[in-house]
Amino acid sequence: MKVAIMDLGLGNLRSLEAAFLRLGALPVPTADAVELERADLAVLPGVGAMAWASEALSRLGLDQAIFARAAVGRPVLGICLGMQLLFGEGSEGGHGLGLLGGTVPRLQAPRLPHMGWNQVHLRRSHPAFRRVADGEHFYFTHSYHVVPDATETVLATTDYAGGAFVAAVAQGGLLGVQFHPERSGDAGLRLLADILEVMVA
Amino acid sequence: MLAKRIIPCLDIRDGRVVKGTSFLGLREMGSPVELARAYEQQGADEIVILDVSATAEGRSSLRETVAQVSDALTIPLTAGGGIKSVEDAAALLRSGADKVAINTAAFRRPGLLAEIAARFGSQAVVAAVDVRRVGLRVEVFLSGGREPTGRDAVDWIREVHRRGAGEILLTSIDHDGQQGGYPLDLLQAATAAAACPVIASGGMGSVEDAVELFRRTDVSAALLASLLHEGRTTVGAIKRQLLREGVPVRWTA
Repeated sequence: MKVAIMDLGLGNLRSLEAAFLRLGALPVPTADAVELERADLAVLPGVGAMAWASEALSRLGLDQAIFARAAVGRPVLGICLGMQLLFGEGSEGGHGLGLLGGTVPRLQAPRLPHMGWNQVHLRRSHPAFRRVADGEHFYFTHSYHVVPDATETVLATTDYAGGAFVAAVAQGGLLGVQFHPERSGDAGLRLLADILEVMVA
Repeated sequence: MLAKRIIPCLDIRDGRVVKGTSFLGLREMGSPVELARAYEQQGADEIVILDVSATAEGRSSLRETVAQVSDALTIPLTAGGGIKSVEDAAALLRSGADKVAINTAAFRRPGLLAEIAARFGSQAVVAAVDVRRVGLRVEVFLSGGREPTGRDAVDWIREVHRRGAGEILLTSIDHDGQQGGYPLDLLQAATAAAACPVIASGGMGSVEDAVELFRRTDVSAALLASLLHEGRTTVGAIKRQLLREGVPVRWTA
């Protein structure tokens, strides 16, 4: 099973590769639009700053590859910044893909980034989350969050600084998680395994 | 609720884990991959690798160590030691570090923090700050504690946050490896000066010290080495006690 990991040269993809290798998939970091379009699963990783990432995305024509997948419902996983890129305009600067309606504002909190292990509360069921327990800890590191127009796309939320933000969204073949499953220990590997099993197989 | 983190630190010299007291008298403790994996099994929330090699040859093996440790982990990894440029940071991130820790180079050229943050995001930038009491003041020291700067610690912490650091790793050299408890006033002052997570490093001598740390300050994490390397406690034992005392931690069965 081929997993194309969008490679914009913006940081650590190795941990994501290692996680998919553990699960028996074949991870391929790539900046090639054709490869990204054709892989069994396309991953928009959670590394880099939004302005850099969105500029590189359109310069390399990778946005078109993601649009083509989304148009036919082929699976795309967005992690952290990669999830935010599924949405439209972000206040961090730069434009997302606009595949999901909504905004990407800065978190309202006295201490940012929101960094560390926090609990994910499930808001509706999704087969990829079938082995994730409500309230299980995942690793987060971000200062922005998504606010989807369509609340029915929200799979999970997380509490921070007296509020709650969206921790996971899904619509058709698109799945976005604000946390880093590849760095979330056993819980993260379980989620990635089930993404491969139910969304790709 | 956001959990308080327990972060084992591996000081690396020439590819092996070492540990000293107040940055001196380094003793060899074992293999980075084996120790990192053992601490992950114990419930560690992250791993930090700091290269303390004195030579360029020692430094060049850091990338390989980072790659090996990163591949062995399913929790986040921070790497630091000798990073002087965006390229140095990029190389460690490519090797599998999720964050890089910048120390001396940030002091010599504070713009470096912003340069790395602009490309990789501030969440990937940890400012490591080593401090020591000098008379009535607490001041910043560079080059593994050998070089005084005369700069006030809290003032510098405020500046590194403003310049793009997403996290601050604060080590009190006076407390490093002494296992006599944390400088709570200094740590609380740091959390007030910088609106980002602060990691307390240096001083944990018992689980009670960790309880005190999280009860009496707003630090986000505790970094420790000696207690774990010497087998005097485990990450799991520390977390069990924290949980009993009502401190939120991630619990893995």
